[in-house]
Amino acid sequence: MAETITDKTMDEIEILAKLCLTAEEKEKSRQEMQRMLDYVDRLNALDTKGVEPLTHLFPVQNGFREDVVCESTPREEILKNAPREKDGQFLVPKTIG
Amino acid sequence: MQLTQLTAVELGTKIKSGEIGAVEAARASLEQIGRLDSRVQAYLAVEPDKVLLQAAEVERGIRSGKYTGVLAGVPIAIKDNICTKDIKTTCASRILENFVPFYDAEAVTRIKDAGLVILGKTNMDEFAMGSTTETSAFQSTKNPWELSHVPGGSSGGSCAAVAAGECFAALGSDTGGSIRQPSAYCGVTGIKPTYGTVSRYGLIAYASSLDQIGPIAKDGRDCAALLEVIAGQDPKDCTSMARPDTGFLQAVGQDIKGMRVGIPTEYLSEGLDGEVRSAVMLAAGYLKEAGAVVEEFKLGLMEYTIPAYYVIASAEASSNLERFDGVKYGYRAKEYEGLHDMYKRSRSEGFGPEVKRRIMLGSFVLSAGYYDAYYLKALRARACIKHAFDEAFSGYDILLGPAAPTAAPKLGTSLTDPMKMYLSDIYTVAVNLAGLPGLTVPCMVNEAGLPIGVQLIGDCFAEKKLFAAGAGLEAVRGPWRLPDFAGEEGHT
Amino acid sequence: MKQYETVIGLEVHVELATKTKIFCGCKTDFGAKPNTHVCPVCTGMPGALPVLNRQVVELALRAGLALNCQIHQVCKFDRKNYFYPDNPQNYQISQLYLPICHDGYVEIPVGEGRKRIRIHEIHMEEDAGKLVHDEWSESSLVDYNRSGVPLIEIVSEPDMRTADEVIAYLEKLQTTMQYLGVSDCRLQEGSMRADVNLSVREIGNPNYGTRTEMKNLNSFKAIAHAIEGERERQTELLEEGRRVVQETRRWDENKEASHSMRSKEDARDYRYFPDPDLLPVCISDAWIARVRTKLPELKEEREARYQAQYGLSKYAAGLLTNDRALADMFEATIAAGAPPKKAANWLTGETLRLLKEREKEASEICFSAAHLAALIRLAEQGVIQSQTAKEVFAAVFADDADPEEYVRAHGLGIENDTFALEKAVQEILLANPKAAGELRDGKEKVMGFLIGQTMRALKGKASPERVKETIQRFVNG
Repeated sequence: MAETITDKTMDEIEILAKLCLTAEEKEKSRQEMQRMLDYVDRLNALDTKGVEPLTHLFPVQNGFREDVVCESTPREEILKNAPREKDGQFLVPKTIG
Repeated sequence: MQLTQLTAVELGTKIKSGEIGAVEAARASLEQIGRLDSRVQAYLAVEPDKVLLQAAEVERGIRSGKYTGVLAGVPIAIKDNICTKDIKTTCASRILENFVPFYDAEAVTRIKDAGLVILGKTNMDEFAMGSTTETSAFQSTKNPWELSHVPGGSSGGSCAAVAAGECFAALGSDTGGSIRQPSAYCGVTGIKPTYGTVSRYGLIAYASSLDQIGPIAKDGRDCAALLEVIAGQDPKDCTSMARPDTGFLQAVGQDIKGMRVGIPTEYLSEGLDGEVRSAVMLAAGYLKEAGAVVEEFKLGLMEYTIPAYYVIASAEASSNLERFDGVKYGYRAKEYEGLHDMYKRSRSEGFGPEVKRRIMLGSFVLSAGYYDAYYLKALRARACIKHAFDEAFSGYDILLGPAAPTAAPKLGTSLTDPMKMYLSDIYTVAVNLAGLPGLTVPCMVNEAGLPIGVQLIGDCFAEKKLFAAGAGLEAVRGPWRLPDFAGEEGHT
Repeated sequence: MKQYETVIGLEVHVELATKTKIFCGCKTDFGAKPNTHVCPVCTGMPGALPVLNRQVVELALRAGLALNCQIHQVCKFDRKNYFYPDNPQNYQISQLYLPICHDGYVEIPVGEGRKRIRIHEIHMEEDAGKLVHDEWSESSLVDYNRSGVPLIEIVSEPDMRTADEVIAYLEKLQTTMQYLGVSDCRLQEGSMRADVNLSVREIGNPNYGTRTEMKNLNSFKAIAHAIEGERERQTELLEEGRRVVQETRRWDENKEASHSMRSKEDARDYRYFPDPDLLPVCISDAWIARVRTKLPELKEEREARYQAQYGLSKYAAGLLTNDRALADMFEATIAAGAPPKKAANWLTGETLRLLKEREKEASEICFSAAHLAALIRLAEQGVIQSQTAKEVFAAVFADDADPEEYVRAHGLGIENDTFALEKAVQEILLANPKAAGELRDGKEKVMGFLIGQTMRALKGKASPERVKETIQRFVNG
């Protein structure tokens, strides 16, 4: 059996994922996640001893750009989609209380 | 024959010869959209004035020799997770409902440079998470073959648009089957290229290590032509690769005599619908008739592909979707108390249930204490799966299998059980995990009148073999007729 | 009372001196209008992708080799996930699992001796944007100009025991980075920032105590105060039999106190994982060798050379080399023809005095070596007096004035110096009472002799007409 997903786990996930769920949604999500993790558990049947995690598909490396200045985007464009802005900046609720 | 029934290459050829104008072609697509899309609901946004303006510019450009490619003047639809400058790009999500990019995705830049005319943005599962296009926050696209059925997903809008003749080709994206499965459901042809073939710049990421943009069209030749346009290394995406072998059109029609085709036995076992099995066997027969050698073999590791895929895709998604926070763009909740409440409310109100489900799963598998057991384990399984395919391709040129366990299901029947929906991705996700190219070719129509496509899988960088095999299959199968709406009156 | 020992480790962020950001081509210049050095990549626009700046790797490598580190020849970038508005993607691209450099050390002066501080690792990462808090509207404003500016984070082992050692370590890093051309390391502009990890333990206890991390330390003074404050706080807790909580604390220099930064929404679980948008970085042996051979002479080497080659005192050589900009100016001034000791005097004396007065650093010196050399030449040749030279230097320092032009335009040469002329004439008349008397009696022919004497005293730096006038005035007055 997979790790048991508790209400506390769900609370922590809400903080990490910045989501808030109603009690009902939370219970439903908890059950769904439990079911999914139980299923994912079958990976444990696969012997992966000595197998390196595949983080990149192909053996290509670096892919650098040179340190050359490119034109920046005009500020109006950057701010065009902002829900709120002020003085050429993005406005957000106060970050330090 | 109606103009909208032409393939993209046929249309492009006629435009090039001057027989048809680019504006005329765009008008035909717009008319088809006007006639049918209130029922099919493939598009989220079409701006006819802009389309005709671009078509007129392209028409001039073709005359002046600016656009010389085979697809110049051909109208195309773009999946709504691919950024288009000055055209709303929403990922079919409330959270991006009003987002207007000020930049084009690299694939879109290349399409514009080749003189294709952009008709509009197509519906999809929200953030490409789903298999039916029903998780879209805005509308459910209908399968043009049977309007009571889903078109598949997540590129359901693009596939339905092609099937309904509402465009000549479309761009989709494929993270776990999102081009190949809806192509199979809609009776169109679609290819997920080798990872790194098409730049991901401007593709709104779902799972970065799995996502690829690819073409969807009426046949393999069209897909090859469109892939030639969009493939290529892009300095803005370091995971894109320089490929010397992008002359895909040449491969179409090449003799496939002696080509070795393997059918993984696991692909024909439990859970596969009888009709789909018949389609795969039919396709095997077509390929044999075209000269290929077809046999079954054991691929192995099938049972690990879905869990590995959902762990990796959800983990990457949970991080990729963090940027949607109501600060820089997109939806911000109307009421909130303080910063974190603003984040939580904006995201909870902005994302739909399927997206939240994957974000939560992804956040969990990356969290302290679970990273090794879930995420790293999945990456190790991924390495094993890739290895299994490497072995397979030492014996076979291409693989053949289903693209989905069944034909398109009825609308409203899939979302109730997310787990069941995930399991239906069994034939497609491995290809993404291993970075392989996969081509869906329509093969037959079932008793309910729904098309069934089969999937051809190639080794990395072996798209040419896929196009050759696809064309071989098509040639034996014979002409493929898309649903004929001719004579029907448009009504809502 | 028990005897306690303070154990300190540092995480130092150094902003790299690249032209462009770590993952996009936007400029890194400081002080631009908000959100003008930004693009889709550094503002986290949907679909934008990072592409690594080669120079970032080059500079990180330079720093690592100079700090005696081992290099991970295959290193990777990871995402550090946390929500905060200065972080446009809500993840920071950093290195956790395979940082570029590891296991190095530096030596710092302690009293008469030296102490080795071990470097745990150096990793590359991107800076965050800037938040300005609007006191009136209960909101904050975000500027992403700094977002994506390349940083290296130098993580030490917990090898320091006092604030003095910490300051010595930071000064050492600062000069080393400046000499390497890796960073200008200005604390005020935030191009060097230090987080202090501190714990206390009873002397003799082999285990470390629970540590806290202090942030927001933007001057050496604040760092020293914060260390003292935190040492006291933790010691008191332990004395009272209470426990230190592992947490991040924010230092408030005005209140000279720190407070916990913990909040309910602070997840403290960064869910690091390899960034799939970036490729592994592979550093060849050849690349390392190339960087190693190009490593410049560092402070200690120059300090020794200045003493040996130019005969400077240890003190002067030390002052000159504290800041690479000053040492470079010294060498450029010599190259422009100035005698080394004179150049050293001007730079360690007047230059440092004026810099301090104006609260500036040597890197902000705006005059050219050629002009300093010219000034030294004018003083050496006696064209100007030493008092005047300081006045001229002030102009050179302030506006990079050309000393020769300045002296001419302001009539500061000794030939125009009435006081010097009068003093010389007076001395000549006093030394030659006979000739002076003859002149007073109207014997004009001695005038030539007196003019000649005065001119010689003034080393010819005066016009004969003015000398004549002055003599006449003195004789007749």
